[in-house]
Amino acid sequence: MAKYDYVPSAFRSNPIVKWVDHRLPIFELIDEQLIKYPAPRNLNYMWNFGSLAGICLVIMIVSGIFLAMNYQASTLHAFDSVERIMRDVNYGWLIRYIHMNGASMFFIVVYIHIIRGFYYGSYKAPREILWWLGIVIFLLMMATAFMGYVLPWGQMSFWGATVITNLFSAIPVVGQAIVTWLWGGFSVDNPTLNRFFALHYLMPFVIAGVVLLHLWALHVHGSNNPLGIDAKGPQDKVPFHPYYTVKDALGLGVFLIVFAYFVFFNPYMLGHPDNWIPANPLVTPAHIVPEWYFLPFYAILRAVPDKLGGVLLMFGSIAILFLLPWLDTSRVRSAKFRPAYRLFFWLFIAVCFVLGWAGGQPAEGPALLIGRIATILYFAHFLVFLPLLGWFEKPLPLPSSIAEPVLGGGKMAAAAAMEKA
Amino acid sequence: MRFVKFLAVAAVLAVSSAPAMAAEVLVPPKQKWAHDGFFGTFDRASLQRGFQVYKEVCSACHAMKQMRYRNLAGIGLSEAEIAAIAAEYETTDGPNDEGEMFQRPSRASDRFKSPFANELAARAVNNGAYPLDLSLIAKNRVGGENYVYALMTGYADPPADMKIADGMNYNKWFPGHQIAMAQPIQPDGVQYADGTPATVEQMSKDVATFLAFAASPHLEARNSLGVKVMLFLFIFTGLLYATKRKIWKNLH
Amino acid sequence: MAQSGSPAVSADGTRKHPDGSTRRDFLYLATTAFGATGAALTGWAFIDSMNPSADVLALASTEVNLAAVQPGMAITVTWRGKPVFVRSRTPEEIAKAKEDDTAGLPDPQPDAKRVQKPEWLVLLGVCTHLGCVPLGQKPTDARGDYGGWFCPCHGSHYDTSGRIRKGPAPKNLEVPPYAFTNDKTIKIG
Repeated sequence: MAKYDYVPSAFRSNPIVKWVDHRLPIFELIDEQLIKYPAPRNLNYMWNFGSLAGICLVIMIVSGIFLAMNYQASTLHAFDSVERIMRDVNYGWLIRYIHMNGASMFFIVVYIHIIRGFYYGSYKAPREILWWLGIVIFLLMMATAFMGYVLPWGQMSFWGATVITNLFSAIPVVGQAIVTWLWGGFSVDNPTLNRFFALHYLMPFVIAGVVLLHLWALHVHGSNNPLGIDAKGPQDKVPFHPYYTVKDALGLGVFLIVFAYFVFFNPYMLGHPDNWIPANPLVTPAHIVPEWYFLPFYAILRAVPDKLGGVLLMFGSIAILFLLPWLDTSRVRSAKFRPAYRLFFWLFIAVCFVLGWAGGQPAEGPALLIGRIATILYFAHFLVFLPLLGWFEKPLPLPSSIAEPVLGGGKMAAAAAMEKA
Repeated sequence: MRFVKFLAVAAVLAVSSAPAMAAEVLVPPKQKWAHDGFFGTFDRASLQRGFQVYKEVCSACHAMKQMRYRNLAGIGLSEAEIAAIAAEYETTDGPNDEGEMFQRPSRASDRFKSPFANELAARAVNNGAYPLDLSLIAKNRVGGENYVYALMTGYADPPADMKIADGMNYNKWFPGHQIAMAQPIQPDGVQYADGTPATVEQMSKDVATFLAFAASPHLEARNSLGVKVMLFLFIFTGLLYATKRKIWKNLH
Repeated sequence: MAQSGSPAVSADGTRKHPDGSTRRDFLYLATTAFGATGAALTGWAFIDSMNPSADVLALASTEVNLAAVQPGMAITVTWRGKPVFVRSRTPEEIAKAKEDDTAGLPDPQPDAKRVQKPEWLVLLGVCTHLGCVPLGQKPTDARGDYGGWFCPCHGSHYDTSGRIRKGPAPKNLEVPPYAFTNDKTIKIG
């Protein structure tokens, strides 16, 4: 796509702005990348979740910094210091619930963001690196969330940390040495808690860095769009501000209503009651489950009756996403024009929910069997269905431009609308 | 719209899978509480009666380490009343000028006095069982205060085919149905100052209310701020919707 | 909105809109104002979380037993994490403090207003300049030119009533709230 011509915003002619821009073109950057940045005019509300994820990251970092001011990373004091935040610190309960439920909100938003990418083929050329960076962010988020969950030092914190770090013991020969190294001892204990706190504080800033790369990669070719076809010219685009700033703000408003509902009226729903019991290294809770956002992966882990196999398959379920741009052999991006893919897409979503359900069940009986079937379908989606679909599917005819179906008419209508706009 | 459809499907799946996840544990029946709902506030009279039950019955064995006497302001006690209650218990302080720890009457800022010095001391006296800290019991059990109520009222004769171990008691709502604690709440176990008949149900309800308060002392602040925040967000989102419509009108 | 060269960027020419421009401006203003207010109020919750918390505010007061403190001696106790000086003043020191009531004081205050019982002087041991702890508690300490306390950080001199006499400190040493619970015990806070 050719570089998009635009008229600089009025504020750019301000002498101070000009003086700064001559030395550090920061206003130019803001103008080009945020204000006049050309975005496809047909983005639907599914495209809100990228900016929402960014806002979630900011919410988590800010609330986290204020929690850290009162948190004590020591096995003796961690649980009590969190209770002190909840009981004695001014608005401590609010900040803690924002952070606690914010993690869940962040994952909901990011999952929808990823699913949108699946549906509209946003991972396809030339956006493969953009997609990879997204997976890296997702992996970093998982690591951050896992370590953060350990910090309150409740029963689930402790046993979750024990179980997940033990995954690495599946590695042949060096596994146990790695686990001991991760722990800094012979069990999850004070050194583990301290390093998890240090890393939990660091990781969000690493995520923020990768987010900048993600945005950079995004802005090279611009956003994909519901039609999955490239923009042909200015008539296919609108400036980001005010069109998408206001649309994103509206999405944010709706998101905040959902978020506030959990924070104020149902703060415990997404958590596990056992984490309000102080960690006890001598007693394992009857039923260890990770937070809901890890359940599908947990189900894959348990689907294999072999330790190393389960661990490999679980990491494989994410690693396979890196190959997605090539496993999907269809040239058409959007599922809108891929009737067969659409069916498999919904099947895949259903499989993910089934995996999530299975991950929350005790690993026995029908739940285990269902989890295994869902695991097979999960991998089949990437390794069998997607490659074959590209060959056998007959896509619907693509529209010639974005402006055309948006305006519901031919070129004449588009031109007329341009005049009006 | 596909997006709305997707969210609807997701919501239905999420809701339908939630009870399934909890299927393994006993879910105690939901009681009606004054602190339920968006506008819920604690029943002050019930809180005070509940504290009396804790103080006269439960506190013989169960600590509440997260609670401090000053927190009793939240159940409607005055500063003088709190000071008087605190002074009934001794707190270890020190060291004094001779370097010795000493006992002094508790102050409002002290934690609730624990009945036992540590877990081992508690087990030694209680036949090997450990009476749990009750500070967060209404949060760390499935069902919360409903569980407390169900447990307190759940003592009964065991089914004919069930063998109860020595020193254990049958309870409908305890996991495994065998609990070391004998029925703690007996009819007229306490004498309520306000004349409320001290039935097992009444006392259970009161103590569950108090424990719910102890676990979430900020519940009322949370509800009242939450209602304001929600109201604000609805108006704000409405305004954003109008603005968005207005701006996008030129394009469609 | 057609005046702008590129139709795609014309949206910010809002004022030129022929119909409903006032309603639109009001809408923008109201929305922005709402958003800003919400952000500011949320910000307050975070800022307030850094103020002293309930447990800090409820910290017990400190009781001090004065029985062992002989005239001319001083003890230092902590209250709210800060040193509190309790000095048993000799008759000469009391006399000197009263005599200086009329001297040119940077922060005038009569000695009678600074003590509850003349023989007991209770002060926050924090220099009013920049918060160092002044010397003068131990018999071997330098006590400055006025026989009270001397702050080694920047050379402030306090007299036997804890009043600033010389140096950069602007105010007298602060008297904390305290009360005699009996003849030989005070409760600070």
